[in-house]
Amino acid sequence: MPERDPKQRASVFDEVGYGYTPEMALEEAMRCLQCKNPTCQEGCPVNIDIKGFIGAIIEGDHKRGVEILKERNALPAVCGRVCPQEEQCEQMCVLTKKGESVAIGRLERFLGDSDLACELDGRCVPAVAPSSGFRCAVVGSGPAGLACAGELAQLGHAVTIFESLHAPGGVLSYGIPEFRLPKVILDGEIETLSALGVELVTDTVVGQLVTVPELLAEEGFDAVFIGSGAGLPVFLGTPGENLNGVFSANEFLTRVNLLRAYEFPTSDTPVWRGRKVAVIGGGNVAMDAARTALRLGAEEVFLVYRRTEDEMPARKEEVHHAREEGVEFKMLCSPSEIVGRDGFVTGIVATRMELTEPDESGRRAPVCVMDSEFTIECDTVISAVGTRANPLLSKAAPELELTKRGYIVTDDDGTTNMPGVYAGGDIVTGAATVILAMGAGKKAAVAMDRWLRN
Amino acid sequence: MFPIVHKRQLSDAVFEIGVSAPKIAAKARAGQFLMVRIDDRGERIPLTFSDWSAEEGWIRFIFMRVGKTTHQLSHLEVGDSLLDVVGPLGVPTHTDGVDRIAIIGGGVGVAVAYPVARAMADAGAKVSVIIGARNKELLILEDELRALPLERFVVVTDDGSAGIKGLVTHPLKELCEAGEIDEAFAVGPAIMMKFCAATTRDFSVPTTVSLNPIMVDGTGMCGACRVSVDGETKFGCVDGPDFDGHAVDFEELMSRQRVYSDLEREADADYSQGCQCHL
Repeated sequence: MPERDPKQRASVFDEVGYGYTPEMALEEAMRCLQCKNPTCQEGCPVNIDIKGFIGAIIEGDHKRGVEILKERNALPAVCGRVCPQEEQCEQMCVLTKKGESVAIGRLERFLGDSDLACELDGRCVPAVAPSSGFRCAVVGSGPAGLACAGELAQLGHAVTIFESLHAPGGVLSYGIPEFRLPKVILDGEIETLSALGVELVTDTVVGQLVTVPELLAEEGFDAVFIGSGAGLPVFLGTPGENLNGVFSANEFLTRVNLLRAYEFPTSDTPVWRGRKVAVIGGGNVAMDAARTALRLGAEEVFLVYRRTEDEMPARKEEVHHAREEGVEFKMLCSPSEIVGRDGFVTGIVATRMELTEPDESGRRAPVCVMDSEFTIECDTVISAVGTRANPLLSKAAPELELTKRGYIVTDDDGTTNMPGVYAGGDIVTGAATVILAMGAGKKAAVAMDRWLRN
Repeated sequence: MFPIVHKRQLSDAVFEIGVSAPKIAAKARAGQFLMVRIDDRGERIPLTFSDWSAEEGWIRFIFMRVGKTTHQLSHLEVGDSLLDVVGPLGVPTHTDGVDRIAIIGGGVGVAVAYPVARAMADAGAKVSVIIGARNKELLILEDELRALPLERFVVVTDDGSAGIKGLVTHPLKELCEAGEIDEAFAVGPAIMMKFCAATTRDFSVPTTVSLNPIMVDGTGMCGACRVSVDGETKFGCVDGPDFDGHAVDFEELMSRQRVYSDLEREADADYSQGCQCHL
């Protein structure tokens, strides 16, 4: 897939990959062996008929390809961009053993984009079952909520999504930068959901403005799906974490992505533009924060991670992009203190780490190297070390069973201990991927449908 | 959209705006706050409820014109609308079991002190209110407060242009010395809250402060509003905004409030100069 030049793209928020042309898509699709027993499909958390949609590309019937995709996935243009395909469908592709798998994600993106490129009338809107007469509330418009809402609408239920922020999309909107997922793509896919009849209510914090029990008892909903996301950022727990210039990745990315702080002062939200930025963490969020910091004009951006690059949970493609753009990797380093002057960050004191031999689970634990402390000079620290459960919603639904760490307890299909209340995504599993959250949302929708109709 | 149904200028730089928001009005409690955004390029700013009516479906907030967004807000009139109003947010101020309390409001903080004093009085507490401002012109909600059933009402100004000349901590200390209060609630500039807490600490009078750190989403997601309380990191938006004044690290709070001062001044200067054409 052609990409913007690393030097040029490191200063703009335009998307990195240009996407396939129809010719490239055809060429790539032709590599697919159209296996009798397509294992790729097993690797997809929402079980897309991958062989089917690639077959449609080979036949030049893009419209049918889109229809096949949308049977299972309401957000193909989003998933084509942000799913970790290399660990899912593509890893299961038989060609992987012989070299390179079919670029399933890029083909999905190609079809998703060609669908969005039409005006809404021309877009593929999945068929909707006759009205069931039931009303469902979906809490949160992130990947879990959107997938659940789409599925419920297709099954014939009236769906209202409640979103706490002013814009829909959850982490897709506040967390994932424009250069990886343009807003116009996200908005386009959410429009398709509206075309299915899904109602979207923003500015509504469930747990504060209305509670889950109230949605059921007073607002006339027959079932509720909770996909409120993980929520609260975790900080390092080191001295100095509240110095000026230390941010959570969520704050930094929300200012830039949701509130367009990179256009300040034409937009009204400011963002701190560091010169030397240290990002702590090794996941996709850390990559996004590091690459965003570069685009805001940082001279140096360090990624500080306590294991090695092999253990980093971020997608390989994003790690590669980050390195190409100039992010410097400081592996096997763990911050022990953030230091500052006059209330502002001046550096991180870090300890060198080494990995132990693999334990029974095969995981190599990082341990400190004695007397190896050193200082990384920086004026900004962005912490991307994870999230924990947001207590807002659960505090207002005391009967809801939670884990010790505040996550909602559910069965495999998203059923909670409250009748008619289902949950899925990060608020159940802790931080995971977009597609896993979508899979959980869809599964819960099927369970809700069954419960409603019985 | 949230239509503006009320506007009042309280002093040169302080304004009160009311918007129609029936659902929020039905849930609002004293001490809670809102996140407000004017338009689609606007920032989200936290504002505390100063008043509301569940029956009539409106909420009000008071703000001081300090940066671009508040400047822009001050130009809006009845009939205009705000694009986004999110709330009620934060934990309501606790009123249960309060017997004799002093409520101290400074500057625009009086906008919070008023509904808190009203809620305390409604809950049966004996309420003393001390409000302070730099001068007479900056005093707000005096009439509304006088209309409440208060034990005492003390006005203090820095320059003596109204009430007693001095600082709010002086009458607060007198109340503590006389043993006439069991607890205190202070809201206003961080430095004022810090000194109120320092005053009551000597008398072991439990003191709640209503903090105003920088916020972005207001729902716990971003962590911008973190404050150190008893050495622990707490989030102003979901754990607060009320905290134990004797445990808050005020130096850190004041430092963190200044992170964006330069950028905000820049935006406001830009806005003020090009004011006409931007609108």
